[in-house]
Amino acid sequence: MTGTQKTGETPVLERTSTVRVPVGGRAWFVQRRTIGLVVGCVVAMLGLGFVGLSYGTSWATPGEVFGALTGLEPSVVIAEWRAPRVVAGILFGAALGVAGAIFQNLTRNPMGSPDIIGLDAGAYTGALLVMTVFAGASVTVAFGAVAGGLVTAALVYSLSRSNGLSGMRLVVIGIAVNAMVTALNNWLVLRAELEVAMAAVGWNSGSLNGIDWEDLVVPGVVIAVLLTVIGLRASALQQSALGDSIAVSTGVPLERQRLLMVLVGVGCTATVTAVAGPVMFVALAAPQIGRRLAQAPGVPLLPAALTGAVLLQFADLVAQMLLAPVSLPVGVVTTAIGGGYLIWLLAQEVRRR
Amino acid sequence: MTTRLSAQDVTLGYGDRVVSTRLSLDVPDGAFTAVVGPNGCGKSTLLRALVRLLKPAEGAITLDSRSVSDLPAKGLARELAFLPQDPLAPEGITVHQLVSRGRYPHQSLLALWTPEDERAVAEAMVTAEVEDLADRPVAELSGGQRQRVWVAMVLAQDTPYLLLDEPTSFLDITHQYRLLALLSRLRDEGRTVIAVLHDINQACRFADHLVAMKDGRVAAEGAAADVVDAALIKDVFDLPSVIVADPVSGTPMVVPE
Repeated sequence: MTGTQKTGETPVLERTSTVRVPVGGRAWFVQRRTIGLVVGCVVAMLGLGFVGLSYGTSWATPGEVFGALTGLEPSVVIAEWRAPRVVAGILFGAALGVAGAIFQNLTRNPMGSPDIIGLDAGAYTGALLVMTVFAGASVTVAFGAVAGGLVTAALVYSLSRSNGLSGMRLVVIGIAVNAMVTALNNWLVLRAELEVAMAAVGWNSGSLNGIDWEDLVVPGVVIAVLLTVIGLRASALQQSALGDSIAVSTGVPLERQRLLMVLVGVGCTATVTAVAGPVMFVALAAPQIGRRLAQAPGVPLLPAALTGAVLLQFADLVAQMLLAPVSLPVGVVTTAIGGGYLIWLLAQEVRRR
Repeated sequence: MTTRLSAQDVTLGYGDRVVSTRLSLDVPDGAFTAVVGPNGCGKSTLLRALVRLLKPAEGAITLDSRSVSDLPAKGLARELAFLPQDPLAPEGITVHQLVSRGRYPHQSLLALWTPEDERAVAEAMVTAEVEDLADRPVAELSGGQRQRVWVAMVLAQDTPYLLLDEPTSFLDITHQYRLLALLSRLRDEGRTVIAVLHDINQACRFADHLVAMKDGRVAAEGAAADVVDAALIKDVFDLPSVIVADPVSGTPMVVPE
């Protein structure tokens, strides 16, 4: 399996599980499984994306889809209705997957994802408040969602902080906060004007129905920036998984790193929630599925992003097809898939104790 | 005796609970320093302060006369490596991947590997005798193997200083001695080793410099032969004992009455 070779003066550890990519005298080690996962997920995204562009009240032929994509045979339905939805599935799925991986790293618990600890619900509260009380437009709603997510994160953090921070304690308190915030959301919807309430309920369980390009510009930029920022800190994030002591003694600025992780995690969650509502369970399941597929240590970001994108894209197709011609909110499907997964996870966690 | 790393009049504690008041210690360069003392005497707290895991309420920890809190995080991590009592191995990590994490303070943002990084990891695994385990998941290893893997990780950090908090706890007697012999070898190669040890007799045998602590202060320090006597053991551990010469190494050996 391994051999210590002499290459000039330097012993190089050759491994079968990694590929060594030389970069100007230095090297970059990539896990073979990660490369496989990237290829697999890209193929899946293209395949699902193609189905997503074809599927609707009437199926488009492959020729029509290619025609619309290349602009040779313009189609409003494909280019303006279906394409944004496909892109939203990939973009939001990746954002949710990364948000989940960030919080699972922070809490060192596979259940510590933003949807479980109430951050989706909190972001939704922020959005609802802006819509109902301040009758705000979409950008204001997004700010409301971010503020709601941050307030909820601060609440969960302060309630679970006593004698240091334990991941499990934070998760349990987060579940309670999630329940309370969800109740608050229902109350807000009930109290709201009928029209606002109708809009809010359709959005209540997370939906990509009716998303167009205009809805995606700002979230797309925000998510791209957030993913780049956290991507550059990915190695520090992985280093923190060795425990606080080793993280600090190997040079991770832990306090700053944690603050950045909370901001990026809440930012991703709130951005998605502001546009699509609280899409549950992608953030919970994607990082763990990605981790197993990549056979990577800890909870890495890239597999979480890829798996999240494929998962949400797939769930959205199912949501469109299940009761066609009625298109279900995608959150209903992710909740159904993720709920089963959560039960399994809880059983595992209880068994481990 | 030269010294680069010192604690100068530090007051250490957690919140309102003060553990040490005005404690001073010079760590001799290139020596094996063992810190001993009863449970809760502040040994681990002192070690944590030396690696900046705990900020002194008063006084300063200095390296080359500069306060460690003024040094950049990765810069300090290239000087001092620390093995805590409770390191976490991420789920699914292999030995080689874990040892590689020791290179973090030497790497830039993009985690590109230099030949120097690869050499340090390979050497650390050979020194700690874990090269045959390279592709094994850490979770599958025995306690003794796992502790050697963690030692390899801090070795890969390639620092002049190695600080270890009770590295021999939970190891059987064979692995305890293997680990202490390894630390002595590292000292012979020029590193400065500071370890909190539970077993006073092991500390006497392996350490060049013994620091005995009680109630957050240094009760005695120096070569074991010079400082360990029945009076010190009575004072520090509250244990009546007879001191004999270790039949193997000739160092003081504490035999409780």
